[in-house]
Amino acid sequence: MSDYEFIDTTIDNQIAVIELNRPRQYNSLNRKMVSEILRAMESFDRNDDVRVILIAGKGRAFSAGADIDEMAEADPIHLELLNQFEDWDKLALIKKPVIGAVHGFVFGGGFELALCCDMLIAASGTEFSFPEVSLGVMPGAGGTQRLTKLVGKSKALEWLWTGERIQAEELLNHGVINRIVSPEVLMEEALRFAGRLTVMPPLSLRLIKDSVNKAVDYPLYEGMQYERKNFYLLFSSEDQKEGMKAFIEKRKPNYKGK
Amino acid sequence: MFETITYDIKDGVAWLTLNRPDKLNAFIAQMNREIKDAIRSAAQDDDVRCVVITGEGRAFCSGQDLSEVTEEMDHGQVLRDHYGPMIMQIRQCEKPIIAAINGVAAGAGFSLALACDFRLISERASLMNAFIHVGLIPDSGNLYYLSKLVGLAKAAELAILGEKVTAEQAVELGLALRAIEEDNWTKEVTAFSARLASMPTKAIGLIKRSLKDATNLSFEDYLEKEAQGQRIAGLTEDHREGVNAFMQKRKSEFRGR
Repeated sequence: MSDYEFIDTTIDNQIAVIELNRPRQYNSLNRKMVSEILRAMESFDRNDDVRVILIAGKGRAFSAGADIDEMAEADPIHLELLNQFEDWDKLALIKKPVIGAVHGFVFGGGFELALCCDMLIAASGTEFSFPEVSLGVMPGAGGTQRLTKLVGKSKALEWLWTGERIQAEELLNHGVINRIVSPEVLMEEALRFAGRLTVMPPLSLRLIKDSVNKAVDYPLYEGMQYERKNFYLLFSSEDQKEGMKAFIEKRKPNYKGK
Repeated sequence: MFETITYDIKDGVAWLTLNRPDKLNAFIAQMNREIKDAIRSAAQDDDVRCVVITGEGRAFCSGQDLSEVTEEMDHGQVLRDHYGPMIMQIRQCEKPIIAAINGVAAGAGFSLALACDFRLISERASLMNAFIHVGLIPDSGNLYYLSKLVGLAKAAELAILGEKVTAEQAVELGLALRAIEEDNWTKEVTAFSARLASMPTKAIGLIKRSLKDATNLSFEDYLEKEAQGQRIAGLTEDHREGVNAFMQKRKSEFRGR
């Protein structure tokens, strides 16, 4: 799996780990790196040996943002034709649980990548920010949209306008990250949590993710109908039969993802 | 490299000495910055396992240098720009920090001492929350620490009445670990810092983290952080050394790893 230039990937105990691997550049995201992340995620999404995807950064930071060198001379027509954000759009289509384990700095594009994760676990002391404003631009890979959907308009504007550093504790309070752990055990704790999901019925996790994502965008009535279809669909799975049988027989279920 | 302080490392101890003796080591912006930089350097330096902050001459630190205070000064901004970052750096440092209060510690000098983990006080020294005497409030984290150390009632008394606290009273109040005779001062401070520098440094850092968690987290969250802390400590060489030394009935030799 080492045909990647800017990331490292491993699979262990049904958990696929993607590590951003440009530590000397604080894992700043260039286009190739984003496309490698997407390629890895898509392959894990189709891989039956993988139940959960974990993304983390090597070195001192998760990611300090987009590669500025790549953008300094950009012009609008070139950007439109390049259509680099297509990769970002596709990151949101991954069906399996994606957990981000972040530390150090989570800035700009790095923050946007983190917001593409379904859950975030942060090392204490991690700092987040959208500094784009101070460069005369703004987030372009979902920052203004995903952050606002998570924390509401007022707080999103404050953070996006000032570009100020946001402490992990504050994002925990606003529900952007799920938990804060000691830096020394970040990966261990993230793997431990991912491990809890690997024993869950994969189809349930998948359709729960699908439904929860719809809740963010759909009106309630449509969302309820959508949820119902997914709920009914699960009754056609082997895992539903196994789950309910195990409950009646008072034993642990063994889910196959079918 | 530093002008308002001296910074020396000896036998695992970083000695940070405020060095404006003719001004009773009063703070100027440069000194705030140099203390912050020195603490950051100590925190990152594997050779440092204990930090001592003390003062050159007859004072520990008399607080803000009032000759720098002007009519137009925005006191809030001075705290945000200079004192806050210094105190925050001390708070984030996971090495044990001793305030060796060799002489008077007044105003922000008192606050600096409060931000440390241990206070050793010379019998000739005293503490004073002098802010009220110039119509200001205790700053640089002063009341955050003071109220936790001595309780709200005593903190209110010290902050509002602004009376001098002698070395003996400081020990009685739990503000200082020990009052030390002037003749034994250097010897005892050196011995205490050497003792801390020979202890399991990582575990000390984790204890400091837990103490912060104890005031910030719910009990349930605290127990989870405690489990993580013990996991980290359990992986250190010093833990293995401690257990081995116990089994072999010998004295442990901790290396801070």
